[in-house]
Amino acid sequence: MSQSQEIQKLVDGVLNKKTRYIAKAISFVENSDYKTKKSFLKTIFSYTGKAKVVGITGSPGAGKSTITDKLIKAFRDDNKSVAVLATDPSSPFTKGALLGDRIRMQNHTTDPFVYVRSMASRGALGGLSETTKDALKVLDAAGFDIIIIETVGVGQNEIDIVKVADCVVLVFAPGFGDEIQAMKAGVMEIADIYVVNKADRDFSQKLFKEISDIVNLSQKQPKPPVLKTIATNTFKESSVESLKKEIVNYLDHIATSSHLAKKRQLFIESELIDTVTKIMIDKLLSNQNVKSFFDNKTIAQIYNKELNFYTIIDKIVEAI
Amino acid sequence: MGESGYKNWQEKTLIPYIKKNPTRKEKFKTSSYLDVKDLYIDSDVENYEQNLGYPGQYPFTRGPYPTMYRGQFWTMRQYAGFGTAKESNERYKYLLRQGQTGLSVAFDLPTQIGYDSDSPMSEGEVGKVGVAIDTIDDMETLFRDIPLDKVSTSMTINATAFILLAMYIVVGKKQGVDKKLLRGTIQNDILKEYIARGTYIYPPKPSMRIITDIFDYCAKEVPKWNTISISGYHIREAGSTAVQEVAFTLADGIEYVKSAIEKGLNVDEFAGRLSFFFNAHNDILEEVAKFRAARRMWAKIMKERFKAKNEKSLMLRFHTQTGGSTLTAQQPENNIIRVTLQALAAVLGGTQSLHTNSMDEALALPTEKSVRIALRTQQIIAYESGVANVVDPLGGSYYIESLTDTIEKKAWEYINKIDELGGMVAAIEQGFVQKEIQESAYQYQMDIENKERIIVGVNSFQIEEEPPKDLLKVDPALRDEQIKNLQRVKSQRDNSKVLNNLKLLKEVAQSNENIMPVVIECVENYATLQEIADTLRQEFGEYKESVVI
Amino acid sequence: MQKVRILIAKPGLDGHDRGAKFVARALQEKGYEVIYTGIRQTPLQIALAAVQEDVDFVGLSLLSGAHNELFPKVVEELHNAGADDIIVFGGGVIPQSDIEFLKSKGIKAIFGPGTSIKTIVDFIENESKSRNSKIS
Repeated sequence: MSQSQEIQKLVDGVLNKKTRYIAKAISFVENSDYKTKKSFLKTIFSYTGKAKVVGITGSPGAGKSTITDKLIKAFRDDNKSVAVLATDPSSPFTKGALLGDRIRMQNHTTDPFVYVRSMASRGALGGLSETTKDALKVLDAAGFDIIIIETVGVGQNEIDIVKVADCVVLVFAPGFGDEIQAMKAGVMEIADIYVVNKADRDFSQKLFKEISDIVNLSQKQPKPPVLKTIATNTFKESSVESLKKEIVNYLDHIATSSHLAKKRQLFIESELIDTVTKIMIDKLLSNQNVKSFFDNKTIAQIYNKELNFYTIIDKIVEAI
Repeated sequence: MGESGYKNWQEKTLIPYIKKNPTRKEKFKTSSYLDVKDLYIDSDVENYEQNLGYPGQYPFTRGPYPTMYRGQFWTMRQYAGFGTAKESNERYKYLLRQGQTGLSVAFDLPTQIGYDSDSPMSEGEVGKVGVAIDTIDDMETLFRDIPLDKVSTSMTINATAFILLAMYIVVGKKQGVDKKLLRGTIQNDILKEYIARGTYIYPPKPSMRIITDIFDYCAKEVPKWNTISISGYHIREAGSTAVQEVAFTLADGIEYVKSAIEKGLNVDEFAGRLSFFFNAHNDILEEVAKFRAARRMWAKIMKERFKAKNEKSLMLRFHTQTGGSTLTAQQPENNIIRVTLQALAAVLGGTQSLHTNSMDEALALPTEKSVRIALRTQQIIAYESGVANVVDPLGGSYYIESLTDTIEKKAWEYINKIDELGGMVAAIEQGFVQKEIQESAYQYQMDIENKERIIVGVNSFQIEEEPPKDLLKVDPALRDEQIKNLQRVKSQRDNSKVLNNLKLLKEVAQSNENIMPVVIECVENYATLQEIADTLRQEFGEYKESVVI
Repeated sequence: MQKVRILIAKPGLDGHDRGAKFVARALQEKGYEVIYTGIRQTPLQIALAAVQEDVDFVGLSLLSGAHNELFPKVVEELHNAGADDIIVFGGGVIPQSDIEFLKSKGIKAIFGPGTSIKTIVDFIENESKSRNSKIS
């Protein structure tokens, strides 16, 4: 089979919601460089844009995966199909990854209207993988109503989600220390909804108050809600019903105002810049005229002050 | 002796000798990574005289009883059970004939987790790791011709302990034995299931309710019954160190006592019937110290934290099993030697009851022959070795006393940390306990991979060998047999009575009433294990593990 | 960048996860992407998770003696899902006498008690190489 026939098969499988093909397509975009996946992405482009994207972020241990698990159920009760991309960090040393978010969602695995995929960050530092956006497009084209993206969850630097999710939910839990840090670092501003999970624990009320105070100072319109949930390992209670309602309200609100369109256009702009930048850098580094400036001999000469660092930069720019 | 003599010895004798004859390693450590010095002397032990104490006296470091095995040997109690109740009944009668002095029942996983043999979740599992019990009919078969007033029975059952206890009581009733005479133990330790063993059903709160209901019921109705076997065995098997085994087990114990007191029970009412279950691992001297430290710590906990007055409440009594995870599939005869050393450690450590593993257990449940050898191991230690004639024979050894102190000190650190986290249930929910165990387990395994830790026959002294023959196999047709029997029982029982009982159970579960009486009624009317367990699943929900890798 | 993805799963009711967790962690240290499902998984859950995650390998751990029933079930469910190319291996308390049967049912390798992690990694490396040359 030729490459284009392969691609068409993949596209057909995705559009027909065949799980195996969706899975293969995500692997394809995860592992391929731009050149290889370009025509696939081009073909599915017109089928994207319908799904609503919810981002779940917050410190490890706050309960993101458990909340995601309960949200899946809540959306399924509304007859919505749900896909999840759960991100976990790759080890910077071994380059391997232990992807453990799925455990908390395994009971949904046999539901044909739920799809869960674990993604390793593979070196990306903003809380998502570099190919999360492409995987998102695959799931969008496959027709899922709601796509939930769970970030790695190490706090301060996790702002990639803002460029991807229509609604960002930030989850805190009492006793994880970095909640105050997060507030100081400005991570707070990324969220559209705030959640204090494990609200049955000590100090949760204090945390709830602290967060509510800060949110009250926010300029955002509409004012983001602050919720309490108890999403834990028990089956009975599930106060994520209120969270689901807030998410749906928010999504409806931004859809009817021009807010959603504005957001999506910002996403497009940012992705355009990112993608083109990457392509240009790849081109640059493979350009024969430019390559030589990056070899060990040149670098050593700069180190020995035989060449001027800034002169070299000018030379590279000229050569482009 | 003293410090100066020691220093003298080091300078004048040891160091010059080592220059010419280097030691095998730079540093020596116990199996749990505690330092082992070049020599132990009197100054290595603080308060030598006071801490030593006497057997049968607080804090019981040297043993709970003044005579120990000079009075009676530990109970030789081999864990057994597989397949059908009928086959297990045969094995129990065989073991009793061979001189075993107490019964220990192993149940299959569906029984442990509240599934009947015909449940889809039971596929492949029926009768594999223990006996399948679906209704009281199976339980009667299990104990046929075994008089319950003459034996003591330990049942390794946790989430469904309340059901199996109810069944045992009813079997006794049918034999004409009053429940006031029944002797035995149920493991009934749900916290370690969340930590290490995995046969939980319900979440922590309702599980604690069931457990304390059992404490309360037995204190009044089944006074000779040990209502819980607070277990460190499985924690150790999951990869913890000896220190963690003691610390987490006692922390679990603290949580159970706390819950019972909060429920309104008087500590001296139930504490005397709490028992413990530890592992006997490879580093035999560390194990002896571990057992002694556990006894001393529990006595202090019960006296100081819980203000228990009755002496029986302060005594830590325990059952031991030799460490299953130390058995190798390679050169299985070597396991006989491992088990012998581990059993010796348990005896030198003062265990009240002991199970010795069989040599083929790395690969299968034991055959009659191999379980006989395991039993003989205990009998030879008891009758031929002489160690049972002395109370706490290693007591007073500088090394043992120093190690006992060290293990105690480090275990207190863990217990304090767990207190800070809000108790054991909170610590488990936060994954603290599991993480500690994970790290130790990982370290242990990597040491084996790197040959820092030698396992004879596995990463050293290997041979080419034929796979072992004649391993025990459980007949897969068993499940069909069990299902047929279950269907027969269901067709012959009074279904309306069962439905009423289950309805009543639901109501009692929702209230504060003790569930045991209504569970006994359910069982008497041939309600199945799963019917009872499911009724409570609907009320209490199911626990989902919080995984720490 | 092609990454080898492995699903580690515990089918059936056995809750002893020390081995599965060690293998999962050790494989991660060797550079693989490892998804661990937790305990108490049905064969169907395992197979569907493997398909969704598009893994190259599924590793099954079982110590309760139910391997002859449950391991082939996993292979069967993978087949039903159109995923015959996923390689299945297993470990746990499995007597050597059962290995032939399991292999005949599609389990590529069994790593019994005492296996070193190196053996498992070598297996994965070798199988990955021939797998890559098969799939475009």
